[in-house]
Amino acid sequence: MNAIDQFREQTRSWLEANCPPSQRKAIPEGEMVWGAREVEFPGTDAQLWFERMRDKGWFCPEWPAEYGGAGLSAEYNAVLESELRRLKCRPPQINLGIWMLGPVLLEFGTEEQKKTLLTPMTRGQVRWCQGFSEPNAGSDLASLKTSARDAGDHFVVDGSKIWTSYGDKSDWMYALVRTDAKASKHTGISLIVLDMKSPGVSVAPIDLISGKSAFCQVFFDAVKVPKSQLIGPLHGGWNLAKRLLQHERKAMSKFGEFSLPTHFHLLPLVKQYLPEATGQAESALVARAVATAMNEHSYNLTVQRMGETARAGQDVSGLMSIMKLVHTEQERDKFEVLLDVMGYHGLGWDKAAFSPQEQAITRGWLNSFALTISGGSSEVQLNVIAKRVLGLPDVK
Amino acid sequence: MNLLYNEDQRLLADSAGEFLAARSPVSRQRALRDEAQAGGFDPQLWKDAVALGWSAIPFPENLGGLDFGCMGLGPIFESIGCNLSATPLLSSVVLSGSLLHLQGNAQQQDRWLSATISGERRLALALDEQPRHNPSRVALQAVANGDGYSLSGEKYFVIDGVGADAYLVAARTGMAGISLFLLPADAPGLSVIPLPLIDSRNHARLQLDQVQVGADALLGAAGSAMPALNVALDRGRVCLAAEMLGMSEKLFDMTLDYLKTRVQFDVAIGSFQALQHRAAQLYVDLALARSAVMAGLAALDDSSLSEVERQRLASLAKWKAGQTAIKVVNEAVQMHGGIGVTDELDVGLFLKRIRVAQACLGDADYHCERYGALELAHA
Repeated sequence: MNAIDQFREQTRSWLEANCPPSQRKAIPEGEMVWGAREVEFPGTDAQLWFERMRDKGWFCPEWPAEYGGAGLSAEYNAVLESELRRLKCRPPQINLGIWMLGPVLLEFGTEEQKKTLLTPMTRGQVRWCQGFSEPNAGSDLASLKTSARDAGDHFVVDGSKIWTSYGDKSDWMYALVRTDAKASKHTGISLIVLDMKSPGVSVAPIDLISGKSAFCQVFFDAVKVPKSQLIGPLHGGWNLAKRLLQHERKAMSKFGEFSLPTHFHLLPLVKQYLPEATGQAESALVARAVATAMNEHSYNLTVQRMGETARAGQDVSGLMSIMKLVHTEQERDKFEVLLDVMGYHGLGWDKAAFSPQEQAITRGWLNSFALTISGGSSEVQLNVIAKRVLGLPDVK
Repeated sequence: MNLLYNEDQRLLADSAGEFLAARSPVSRQRALRDEAQAGGFDPQLWKDAVALGWSAIPFPENLGGLDFGCMGLGPIFESIGCNLSATPLLSSVVLSGSLLHLQGNAQQQDRWLSATISGERRLALALDEQPRHNPSRVALQAVANGDGYSLSGEKYFVIDGVGADAYLVAARTGMAGISLFLLPADAPGLSVIPLPLIDSRNHARLQLDQVQVGADALLGAAGSAMPALNVALDRGRVCLAAEMLGMSEKLFDMTLDYLKTRVQFDVAIGSFQALQHRAAQLYVDLALARSAVMAGLAALDDSSLSEVERQRLASLAKWKAGQTAIKVVNEAVQMHGGIGVTDELDVGLFLKRIRVAQACLGDADYHCERYGALELAHA
């Protein structure tokens, strides 16, 4: 048996022995474990699983052992991931630091930064949030205004970040700030990290049309940030931001892989709420619902085709560029038609009067509006396709 | 089920593309129209296509076929679409040939299927009787008469109907089911009337006035043809979907070129965001349509799929490809501006062919209803 097969066998038997059965299914909302200064566990199994994986260094299997990783090569890590998938193991913790900031630190951080920032990540001791968007910098991220003024051995940060997921629960933030107001938009930006407990930081949660959300607005009022917390070159933050956003896609797909599907099958619901369409209006509504389901079917086949194309070693950048747009637009279309099909059943706000499924659909509909805006709005996606894929020219 | 062409199929795509680009480019379709050729296609082109093996693709080797699988028809129909080429591949081989294969007895296959594969004979399917496709509405009666049948009624929209050597005619014998009869073109009482449509291809109307046939003209048992018809029609639908995909991709390329080169207000019109977003949206639709067409093609050959699943995927392919083709060609006309509505520009030829292909074997609404009925029955 060669080394890699041996590793697979050892990993498999270790996981069988150490992953509690309760940790081998999809995670319901509210049971996710977030690495943090004070980790909250939904139960003792989750804690056991967290501690065992932490002690193996498997929060960050590919990171070097000196920072608390397991030092696995990509090949060994792929084996570990496939074994985790095989057993349907939950991620023992969720941490934006590991998925997004960590790889950037490994590439651009100083030795000191790697030691002080990466090690707590691999131990699951710090919860990170991301400070990118601002009230006046959404799709046009590079127009951000939060300033970091040079004050000798530290920066003084003033301004505000918005759409910060779990800003109220996070310990540290990595943020894009303007360090040179006179330079052109993209060249005066730097990446810093800061402790959310620093004096002058305040956080306000944001309620959405769908109700409570994880989003927050974060305010900075003369917050002192030591210069040792600048990541990468001064004024060189934009390139790091682009790298971080590449990791964002991977992070989002991890979320998707492990969370419970909030996914509704349209046609069974049509059958449930409109068992016998009568009259032209209802027939037309059913036809609209079927067409929506057919578009979703086409999208699912496209996901399959993209996977096959990638495995065949062919370019999938064109297909990749349409996925976010198509999926989020179709989700909203689906909820819209579903609301029409369900009538008053889709409009309930009072918890007592409507089934959990009905409430979830109503909230899902409202939430679907956020999906076509966040993570690159549909209009930005269309710009990207037009310019990068189709090669249409920029305006002069 | 695999949604990519394999290596053999890719090689076929290359050779079919080269063959049609050289022998039957869009300009040739324009010439056929202007010459008003009765057959609607170039007989020599068809002979050469048969020599390349196209007519043998979906049939087993013991019947003279290549056993290449229906998915192998995909690249050919895509090229047919891209070049706007006219051939009787759909009518004679995919529809009629499949029906003979699935429903014909050894004698019928011996006489007609081999000749269809070898290109010596050409068959056409006479199914629809109303302006909109719907096999379940076949009403033409075949009245039992002596040891045969007498057929009377009319058929519309017979693809490549003018000059066919024989017709497969769908009819009812009493109330039960649909039957298929093989009628030679010279059967007394049968009239073939050209039905010129906007695409300048060969379409016909058939009038049957007490056409007398023997029992040996019946394919399979009386009233039993619907399952075979479903399979053959689904093959035809998916091939048409592939043709429409080929047309759409070609039109999109032409339009993209135009957006990059046409200058107004001192800039390429493709720099305007209003047009960029519309072009990007077409790209999205094309990507989804390709996935649906590939799934439809794969489903035709995948014996592990249920009958319902195959029908569902065939309808999805025809629906998505048809809807996309109409969107793409309408946008192609609009984005080309004034020249888009001239006969000089090829876009108009595609526009006309796409509309006919859309109506043929069920339009988007028909396939939406069919998909819905299959889904809701099993949801």
